[in-house]
Amino acid sequence: MPQINLQIRLLFAVLVALCLFAAELPAHSQESPYIVAYDHYLEEPGSLDVEYFSTFGTQRGGNDFHAFWTEFEYGATAWWTTEVYVDGQTTFGDSTIFTGFRWENRFRLLQREHFVNPVLYIEYEQTSGADKILKEVEGHDVESDYAVPNSLARQEHDHELEFKLLLSKTFQGWNVTENPIATKNVTGGNPWEFGYAIGASRPLALKASAQRCNLCRENFIAGVEMYGGLGDRYSFGLHDTSHYLAPVVAWNLPSDWTLRLSPGFGLNDNSHRLLLRWGVSREFSGFGAAVSRLFGGRP
Amino acid sequence: MTRRSAVILLLLIVGVSTAQTTSAHSGKDASVYAELAKAPRKATSRHNPLESDPDAVATGAKLFDLHCAECHGEMAEGGKKGPSLRADEVQQSTPGTLFWLLTNGVVRRGMPVWSKLPETQRWQLVSYIKSLIPATGPEEGTPQP
Repeated sequence: MPQINLQIRLLFAVLVALCLFAAELPAHSQESPYIVAYDHYLEEPGSLDVEYFSTFGTQRGGNDFHAFWTEFEYGATAWWTTEVYVDGQTTFGDSTIFTGFRWENRFRLLQREHFVNPVLYIEYEQTSGADKILKEVEGHDVESDYAVPNSLARQEHDHELEFKLLLSKTFQGWNVTENPIATKNVTGGNPWEFGYAIGASRPLALKASAQRCNLCRENFIAGVEMYGGLGDRYSFGLHDTSHYLAPVVAWNLPSDWTLRLSPGFGLNDNSHRLLLRWGVSREFSGFGAAVSRLFGGRP
Repeated sequence: MTRRSAVILLLLIVGVSTAQTTSAHSGKDASVYAELAKAPRKATSRHNPLESDPDAVATGAKLFDLHCAECHGEMAEGGKKGPSLRADEVQQSTPGTLFWLLTNGVVRRGMPVWSKLPETQRWQLVSYIKSLIPATGPEEGTPQP
């Protein structure tokens, strides 16, 4: 146990150091409000987006939980964004544990804007069975899966590959996106599992105002997202699956912070009744060049 | 998380951060403006609907500062990553051409697509860019009134 505490402290020390280093850089954010769905916009090249998200979930047949994750999203090129997640959760009346990490990559497939813009999403996850961030819902994920005590759930170790095709379009201010999901847990003989996420959003004002302001309508983007499981290779469909509908809103502050809020509601008896999510993020431009300088490279 | 995982994570962050992000643009390299010539005729002939909007340039300047100055320089004179927007190639382009380029980006050269900005805001940006005094002008550094 002391060794685990030391590792968690070391990890958070590295994260804080990165944030302090990045705080010296300029920041420009224009973030979408989605928390589960993705549109086709990638991180700007050389920029680092640091994000923190929380999910409070109700749990029938068990204790409610607060899951949280930190994301480091980096624009490697204009067509490739790579991202690392670190996950954890607190189950009330149980314990707080680290639950794993994810490495996600998104590749823009077409150079220019088209009627629909496809982006290929590939993710590797190394998580425990106690992971509760519900960043995506797939297969036959249902509420009762999350009622297992942490001490038991964390004994399960998953190595999962996840593929998404992000199909997104922005028209007259509206963004509409659809993300079919296919995942494969490479530990054991688990079948391919499927899921979906869809979303629509729009800024509250399309025309910007000349002054910098916090409460201007153009700083707010509102919308809705819906996500759920579609079974697996052997039992594809909606039976024994969970689904959620979640209004989403993002507030892009001129001080370069973005706040997001999303109350998600379960749509059937297999779903958590409420998933209340919120997040805060900041984008740091020129992060890649700054790191390169730090290691003696050419800016 | 095992110690090995933590090390992999750290190396990943540092390694990817130091990766070559994009081919550098030089304001003197005329080929960086070649994309402008690829705009379809239909796009180049579009008129800026905010041409007579007195606030469009000021608002465009704010948007430029937020989204563009990091690469193209605070005065649009060109930076390490983005070319000068005061160059003749840009200033002689039609508003429709600039709008098309903003919308589609030049992804392989590191310029992202900006269709995530609403169309009106992209036109506000075009208004600002077209208001800049060309690099060959007498007082480089200040936009025209």
